Amino acid sequence: MTMLKPISFLILIVCTNFVVIECRTIQPNDENLIQQICKKTPNYALCIQYLHSDPKAPSADVRGLALIMVNVMKNKANIAINKIHQLIGKSPPDQKEALDNCADNYNAIVVADIPEATEALLKGNPKFAEDGANDAVVEARGCENGFKGKSPLTAENNAMRDASAITAAIVRNLL
Amino acid sequence: MRNDSPYTPLLNNGSHNNNRNKEIHLIVFGFLLLASLITFSGYIASNNNVVSVVPHADVSFSDEVTKTNTVVSRGVSAGVSEKSNMFLSAAGGNKVVGESESFPWNNTMLSWQRTAFHFQPEKNWMNDPNGPMYYKGWYHFFYQYNPNGAVWGDIVWGHAVSRDMIHWLHLPLAMVADQWYDSNGVWTGSATLLPDGQVIMLYTGSTNESVQVQNLAYPADLNDPLLVDWIKYPSNPVLVPPPGILPKDFRDPTTAWLTSEGKWRITIGSKLNKTGIALVYDTVDFKTYERKENLLNAVPGTGMWECVDFFPVSKKSENGLDTSFKGDDVKHVMKVSLDDDRHDYYALGTYDEKKVQFIADDLKNDVGIGLRYDYGIFYASKTFYDQKKDRRVLWGWIGESDSEYADVAKGWASVQSIPRIVKLDKKTGSNLLQWPVAEVESLRLKSDEFKNLKVKPGAVVSLDIETATQLDIIAEFEIDKEALEKTAESNVEYECSTSGGASKRGALGPFGLYVLADGDLSEYTPVYFYVVKGSNGKLKTSICSDQSRSSLANDVHKQIYGSVVPVLEGEKLSLRILVDHSIVESFAQGGRTCITSRVYPTRAIYGAAKLFIFNNAIETNVTASLKVWQMNSAFIRPYHPDQKR
Repeated sequence: MTMLKPISFLILIVCTNFVVIECRTIQPNDENLIQQICKKTPNYALCIQYLHSDPKAPSADVRGLALIMVNVMKNKANIAINKIHQLIGKSPPDQKEALDNCADNYNAIVVADIPEATEALLKGNPKFAEDGANDAVVEARGCENGFKGKSPLTAENNAMRDASAITAAIVRNLL
Repeated sequence: MRNDSPYTPLLNNGSHNNNRNKEIHLIVFGFLLLASLITFSGYIASNNNVVSVVPHADVSFSDEVTKTNTVVSRGVSAGVSEKSNMFLSAAGGNKVVGESESFPWNNTMLSWQRTAFHFQPEKNWMNDPNGPMYYKGWYHFFYQYNPNGAVWGDIVWGHAVSRDMIHWLHLPLAMVADQWYDSNGVWTGSATLLPDGQVIMLYTGSTNESVQVQNLAYPADLNDPLLVDWIKYPSNPVLVPPPGILPKDFRDPTTAWLTSEGKWRITIGSKLNKTGIALVYDTVDFKTYERKENLLNAVPGTGMWECVDFFPVSKKSENGLDTSFKGDDVKHVMKVSLDDDRHDYYALGTYDEKKVQFIADDLKNDVGIGLRYDYGIFYASKTFYDQKKDRRVLWGWIGESDSEYADVAKGWASVQSIPRIVKLDKKTGSNLLQWPVAEVESLRLKSDEFKNLKVKPGAVVSLDIETATQLDIIAEFEIDKEALEKTAESNVEYECSTSGGASKRGALGPFGLYVLADGDLSEYTPVYFYVVKGSNGKLKTSICSDQSRSSLANDVHKQIYGSVVPVLEGEKLSLRILVDHSIVESFAQGGRTCITSRVYPTRAIYGAAKLFIFNNAIETNVTASLKVWQMNSAFIRPYHPDQKR
C-alpha cells in the first residue's frame, strides 16, 4: 500500500508530461502562427520583432496580430509626426513645402488610414484594413519623394512603409 | 484518545513517518515536474525553424516595391489592384527627372475632381449601393455612408430620390446605428416590394459584439412617397449566422423572389474556408426563416462572397424581368462581389427551384472565375427591377484610386456608376449587355460630329469640341480590310494590364481616343482597341483603359484595365465613353465589355482638357466616325420641401 502513493505520483507526472507536450496542439496560438504569418510578409525579421514586442501576440489569432501591427503603424506615424514638427521650425526654406506635405501625408495616416484599419478589423470587413495599410505605404512614399535633395525623414518613412506593408500582408490572410 | 488498534503507537510513528514520506514524495514529484517542464521547453525549442532574413531597413523604395509585389500581390494580371502596387509603372517610386513634385494637389485640382452628373453625397465617404427601388413615382437610392469622414467607417444608410435616376435630391439619413444589433454598422441590404404594397428592407447589422446579423426594416409611412422615415422591426435580428458559418462571414441579403409554394426566398453570401458560397432561406413573413439545406452555388478558391445578386433575364424580350418572374424563355444570372480581389463577377445559368440550385452554363466560368461586369473599378453592385419602365437596372460603387491624403483634403471619396440597364446579349447568348440608362441622354447639350476621319498610323489628332470634361461620346472604328488580310497571324495573347498601354504599338492596334488630355499630351487617358489576328485567322479584339499617363501625380493608380471583347461578323468596333471629371465609363460593342476608371489629372483639367483621336497601329489606317456631346450637370442637391415635386 505504501507503494501506491509513489506509483500514483509517477502516473500523475507521466500524465502531466503527456498533456503538457500535447499542449502545443491544444493551445489556440503559439509561436508557429506568428512564424507562419510573418513568413508571408515582406520583412520576416521585422514582423517577428514587432509582434514579439506586444505581450498579447503569443495568444492572438490572425486578426489580433493584424491589430497589433496597426498599433505599430500608429507608433511609427507618431514618431514621424514628432520629427516633422521638430524639423518644420528649423528647416531650410527649400524643405518647407516638402515638410508641410509630409505633415499632410501623416495626418491622413493618423486620421484616416489607422482608424479605418482598426474599425475594419474589429468589425469584420478586413478589405478596408488592407486599404488603410496600403495607403499608409503610399503616404510614406509620397512624403519621401517630396524632398528635392536628401530627405531628412528617410528612416521614419522607411519604418512607416515597412510596418504598413507588413500589416497589409497580414490582413490579406483574412480575405 | 481511544486506542482501537494495536498499531496505534506504530501508527503514530507511522504517521510521523508518513508525513516525512509525504514530504519526500512531494519533493520528488516537484523535481520530476521540473524535469518534465525543462524537457518540454527543449522539445518546443528544437521545433523552431528560425529562418533568419537580414532586415532591409535601409533598402531603397524601389527594391521594397518589388519585394512587396512578390510577397503580397497576386499580380496585376490576376486583377488584384493594390494601392501599393500602383507605382510600378511610375518608375518604381524613384524620383523621375521632369516629373513634378509628389504633391501638386491644390484646391483647384481637387475641386475639379467632383463629378457633375454621377451620384455622390455632398461630402464624406460612400460605398455600396443599398435597396434601390422605384416607389410611388420616385426612384430611391440608399447607400453606405460615413457621416464622419472621407474613409470607410461609422457606416449608416444615406438616402436620395430622383424622378429619372439622374437628377437626385438628397434626403436625411434613412437608418443610423442606434440598436445593439447594428451599433457597429448599418451595412448593405436590399428591398423587396410586395404585391400588397408593402416595402421590405433586409439589411446586415454589425452588432455591438461585431457579429453579422440580418435585420428587417420598413417605411414608417407608406403614404410618404419619399419614404423618409424607417422603422426597424422590434424583434430584430431576424437571422443570425447559422451553425458552421463564422460570425463575420454572413452579410448582404438579396431582394426576395417568390417560390411556387408562395414563399419568399433570399440568398446571403458567405464562405467555408476558401470556398465562396450562397446560403438560401425561405420565409413567409420576413420575420422567421427556414434555412434551405442546399447552397444556391459554391465555387472553391473564390473566398468570401459579398453582395450576392440573383435575378432572371429574358431570352426573347429586350425588357427586364421582375425578380420573381417565372417562365420558359428565361435565364438566370448569379453575381458575386469577391472580397479577395474587389471585383464583381457574374455567370449565366439555370435555376432549379426544387433543388435550390443555380448551375452556370459554363462551369469553367462560374461566378468568381469568369466574366466581370466591369474591368475597372466597379464593386458591390446591385440590380433592381424598375417596374415603371420594365427594365433591370444595375448600380455599382466606384471607389477612388488616389491617396487618402487627397481624399481627406478634398473631403469626399467615391461615386456611383451611371445606372445601367442589364439584359442578355441575344447575339452571343453567353454574356450580358450593360448600357447607361436612356435618361442620361437628357443631359446632352451641344454636339459635334466627325464622319469618316481617316487616321494614319502614328497619328494623333485633336478634336475641336469646346470643353472636354463632361462628355458623352459615341464612336465607331474600322480597320482597313487589306491590312487585315495582309497582317501576319500571331498567337500572342494581348492582356491590357501587362501590355504597356497605348504607347506599345502593334500591327493592328492600339487605336482609340485620348480623353482628359492636355494640349502637350503631358497627361492623357487612352481608351483604345487592340486587334490581334490569331493563328486561325480569327480576330481577337481587346478594349483597354490606360491610366499610366493619366496624371503627373505619382500617388494615383497607373494601371491599365480591360479585357477581350467579343466582336461578331460584320460588326464595326463601337465605343461609348462617358467622361465626367474624375470618372470615365467606357462601353465596347454596345456594352459587352465595360471599363470604369478614375482619373486625376493635374493639368488636363477645366478648359485645358482636350479630346484626341489616335492610331498607334503600325500596319493599318483607322477610319473613325464619332459624335461628341457636351453634358450638362445633373445639379444633384439636397431636397427642399418647398420645391415642386
